[in-house]
Amino acid sequence: MSNWTEVVALEDIPRLGSRVIATDTMNIAVFRTASDEVFAMRDECPHKKGPLSQGIVHGNTVTCPLHNWKIDLASGEALGPDEGCTNVFPTKVENGMVYISLAVAAAA
Amino acid sequence: MKQKLVLIGNGMAGVRALEELFKHNTSDEKGSDQYDITVIGAEPHPNYNRIMLSPVLAGEQTINDIILNSLEWYEENNITLVTGDAAAEISRVKKSVITESGKEFPYDRLLIATGSNPFIIPIPGADKEGVLGFRDIYDVDTMVQAARDYKKAVVIGGGLLGLEAANGLMKQGMDVTVVHLLDSLMERQLDKPASALLKASLEQRGMKFLMEASTAEIAGDKRVSSVKFTDGSELEADLVVMAVGIRPNFELAKKAGIHCERGIVVSDTMQTFDPVIYSVGECVQHRNQCYGLVAPLFEQAKVAANHLAHVGSTRYIGSMTSTKLKVTGIDLFSAGEFNEEEGDEVLQIQDVASGMYKKLVLKDNVIKGAVMFGDTMDGTWYFSLMRDAANIADFRKTILFGQHDLGDAGHGDASAVMSLPDAAEICGCNGVSKGDIVQAISKNGLFTLDEVRAHTKASSSCGSCTGLVESILASTVGEGYDATPSKKAVCACTDHGHDDVINAIKDHELKTMPAVREFLEWKTPDGCASCRPALNYYLMARWPEEYQDDAQSRFINERAHGNIQKDGTYSVVPRMFGGLVKPNELRAIADVCDKFDVPEMKVTGGQRIDMFGIKKEDLPAMWKDLSDAGFVSGHAYGKAMRTVKTCAGDTWCRFGTQNSTGLGVKLEELTWGSYMQHKFKLAVSGCPRNCAEATIKDFGVVCVDSGYELHIGGNGGIKVRVTDLLCKVETEEEVLEYCAAFTQKYREEAHYLERTAPWVERVGLTSIKEVILNNEEERKALAERFKISQKIAQVDPWKARAEGEASHEFTQLKIAG
Ligand code: SRM
Ligand SMILES: Cc1cc2nc3c(=O)[nH]c(=O)nc-3n(C[C@H](O)[C@H](O)[C@H](O)COP(=O)(O)OP(=O)(O)OC[C@H]3O[C@@H](n4cnc5c(N)ncnc54)[C@H](O)[C@@H]3O)c2cc1C
Ligand code: SF4
Ligand code: FES
Repeated sequence: MSNWTEVVALEDIPRLGSRVIATDTMNIAVFRTASDEVFAMRDECPHKKGPLSQGIVHGNTVTCPLHNWKIDLASGEALGPDEGCTNVFPTKVENGMVYISLAVAAAA
Repeated sequence: MKQKLVLIGNGMAGVRALEELFKHNTSDEKGSDQYDITVIGAEPHPNYNRIMLSPVLAGEQTINDIILNSLEWYEENNITLVTGDAAAEISRVKKSVITESGKEFPYDRLLIATGSNPFIIPIPGADKEGVLGFRDIYDVDTMVQAARDYKKAVVIGGGLLGLEAANGLMKQGMDVTVVHLLDSLMERQLDKPASALLKASLEQRGMKFLMEASTAEIAGDKRVSSVKFTDGSELEADLVVMAVGIRPNFELAKKAGIHCERGIVVSDTMQTFDPVIYSVGECVQHRNQCYGLVAPLFEQAKVAANHLAHVGSTRYIGSMTSTKLKVTGIDLFSAGEFNEEEGDEVLQIQDVASGMYKKLVLKDNVIKGAVMFGDTMDGTWYFSLMRDAANIADFRKTILFGQHDLGDAGHGDASAVMSLPDAAEICGCNGVSKGDIVQAISKNGLFTLDEVRAHTKASSSCGSCTGLVESILASTVGEGYDATPSKKAVCACTDHGHDDVINAIKDHELKTMPAVREFLEWKTPDGCASCRPALNYYLMARWPEEYQDDAQSRFINERAHGNIQKDGTYSVVPRMFGGLVKPNELRAIADVCDKFDVPEMKVTGGQRIDMFGIKKEDLPAMWKDLSDAGFVSGHAYGKAMRTVKTCAGDTWCRFGTQNSTGLGVKLEELTWGSYMQHKFKLAVSGCPRNCAEATIKDFGVVCVDSGYELHIGGNGGIKVRVTDLLCKVETEEEVLEYCAAFTQKYREEAHYLERTAPWVERVGLTSIKEVILNNEEERKALAERFKISQKIAQVDPWKARAEGEASHEFTQLKIAG
């Protein structure tokens, strides 16, 4: 069901940073945490569509660069009193390469 | 299997601890994802806002208005709630709590928050019908009932609670006399003059007083009929309210063998001598202090929750408190040590006719205490100066007239806030109206500025509306709102303040972010979006030659070297030293705009050109062209040195006294590329007509015939502040040296995101002058340190990126799908 697409080498994403993947329909941000976990989500903040890829990553959270909403990388949900959610995509890392599955995007 | 947590005491501190605990959930689960919770409450009500009993008694609010957590709340959060059944015994051996009705609840962890009891003076007759304290809904109901059936009330105790009770009873139509043992009211919060004003003002409303009277006996058959005093006199009474103080309620804990003195003794982690038993609230004694106001108790609750949630990193270190009286129409504020001791100084003003009185007690120009009556608008300001131990020497002369007098454009008239319509916009940044804030406060039971910020975003951006939000908070939760702030921590990742971090980096030679976080026991592994940029900056400023800048700890603008726009594109502002520009440079800019289809150009307020709407991928190529034409980054995006604004000067202008343009270029060459705690702007005007607006810049120079006036700490923007004159010097070399020294002093000492204006106000102009003017050696050393750091900083980030540095930042990956 999930069909994995290879996107980038893990080491080409800065720790506590991100890369942007352009697809035909949207931009996707792939994040790498301090412990080398990788998450992917639509590069649009649920607040006013700020590019989440440009935010500061801490723990499993990214802070949106425009108005400081905090978004949970795993669920795509806004934390704390803010409410909203952005699409997330499954990822995996194999042999130093990051893969992402867009199967869910079709459903969303 | 979840562990069992039992809370004894369904009151303000205990329930707050539960709410704090829920915030630590790592799942979406309602309630706690670590504990099964049982709450045992003696009162037959859910948790309510005890503070507001006074307005309820005065008929200004109803019990329904003051419920904080409804019965549904307990249900939704899977809490087993026992009401109207007090805990009678704690068995530490069996680890269970037994209630009066005989129910038994086992616990793995126990939280005791039994509050306190009103102190009932042990005199004959104190147990008669019609004699009570002022503590809970039952007391208020009893008083309201008595007011219907009887006429005469006596309140014993002229403190905060006694006066609020007396006021309420008066509003209920009773004839009230307040009996007080001493010769002045609220002696623990007020000095004599303020106390006299308060008494006069209450008398005017019809309250009667019997001062210096010691109660001997309560007389009557079954019900009280009079109060007798030690001097033999007597006062008729159908109702007696004793409000002479509270006693921490620790009987239950003591019976269970938990160490108690004046209260249940707890450590900084809110643990009792039995480590699985925690305690918070008025029943607690921490570092020899017992508290009777909610703000410190809420801080305790937060710490207890943190440990119950096994996060285990915060400590409670005590609180500073301030007081207001909740009697509508009487404005009173008190904080700290307001009775002067030897060696203290006092500033005071009194206007008898308008009933206004203000007094500040100072020691070495730092506020130790404040009492205000009549006009309390600046209470929170004085309190924050006191908490920050700010040096007030430079505005001592006007401090009593309030913050307005400092030219504060942002705060507006606090008392006017009450009369604003609900639709009035309070927070311009986040578009939050007064109505939104009031609703969030009452709906979610908010008490502190931080909570209002979290729920509404009001005052969470530029902060200029903070004063207004605080006033709304004060007027909505009643004046019982306490401005008691926790010590100003850098962010939620730590309890340490900015100075702690700056000093630790210096004193313990900490040179990496992990080292700082480990040394200061950070609570999060890699910090957050607030502390990381701060730590990165402090390390860079302290160890310019050794520290490796961390791009991932910079806000996007400083990482992408452009201003992020609302649509995710960037703007490009090349530096034009001193605002001077040549034809070929303008031509190069025009070419770049054509080549990259720049949608809009604009001349900025900083005398240079802004190109908007650039796609991130195009930035390096565009920078290459600009770099080839001789431009470097203008740092218009950074917490950094921005621009040097200049005027025509003596080269052209008929009034010019010196070469202001040339000096501006030299200053910009000296300072460009430097990162700061906040933006930093300079200007040079050729004469006192000041066309370059030098007197609202962080560092401004006004040229005069005999030399150069140096001005510091100015700010346009949100809160306009005119500079202070630092000194006058005679040569350009001196201007450059003083500028470098001042800049470096700011860079080394201010808090991250604190611009020079608030910094100068916090540390005081005098302390800056002492070093820059009077200590030549240190001035030269500062200037030297600035130059060393500039050697590393003055590498054009645009050129470097045009040549391939950090290319991952600017290239997108592409996939189909
Ligand atoms: C471009 C410019 C407006 C213009 O077209 O003239 C500008 C644009 C911005 N200003 Fe400004 N300010 C500009 C001159 C000013 C001035 C006038 C001046 O410098 O003479 C002021 C008032 C003077 C002062 O700073 O004391 C000014 C006071 C502010 C403030 C309030 C600062 C304060 O301390 O109160 C902010 C907000 C902040 O920094 O937190 C701000 C923030 C901003 C930001 C960076 C907002 C942001 O964070 O995204 C704007 C970026 C726009 C963009 O997307 O590129 N801008 N800003 C000016 C650039 C000057 C330059 O050449 O570098
Ligand atoms: C009229 C009034 C006005 C006030 N005004 C202000 C103000 O303006 N500003 C301010 O900061 N503070 C004010 N306070 C003080 C503030 O209300 C208290 O500091 C705060 O409520 C204390 O919280 P707590 O949880 O420690 O105690 P409480 O809120 O008293 O909660 C303790 C609870 O434990 C219950 N309990 C006790 N023993 C047992 C037992 N054995 N088993 C089960 N339950 C038990 C009690 O019935 C009570 O419900 C005021 C207080 C009063 C009474
Ligand atoms: S300030 Fe006025 S006089 Fe001085 S140089 Fe500028 S324009 Fe000329
Ligand atoms: S767009 Fe992300 S916080 Fe506003």
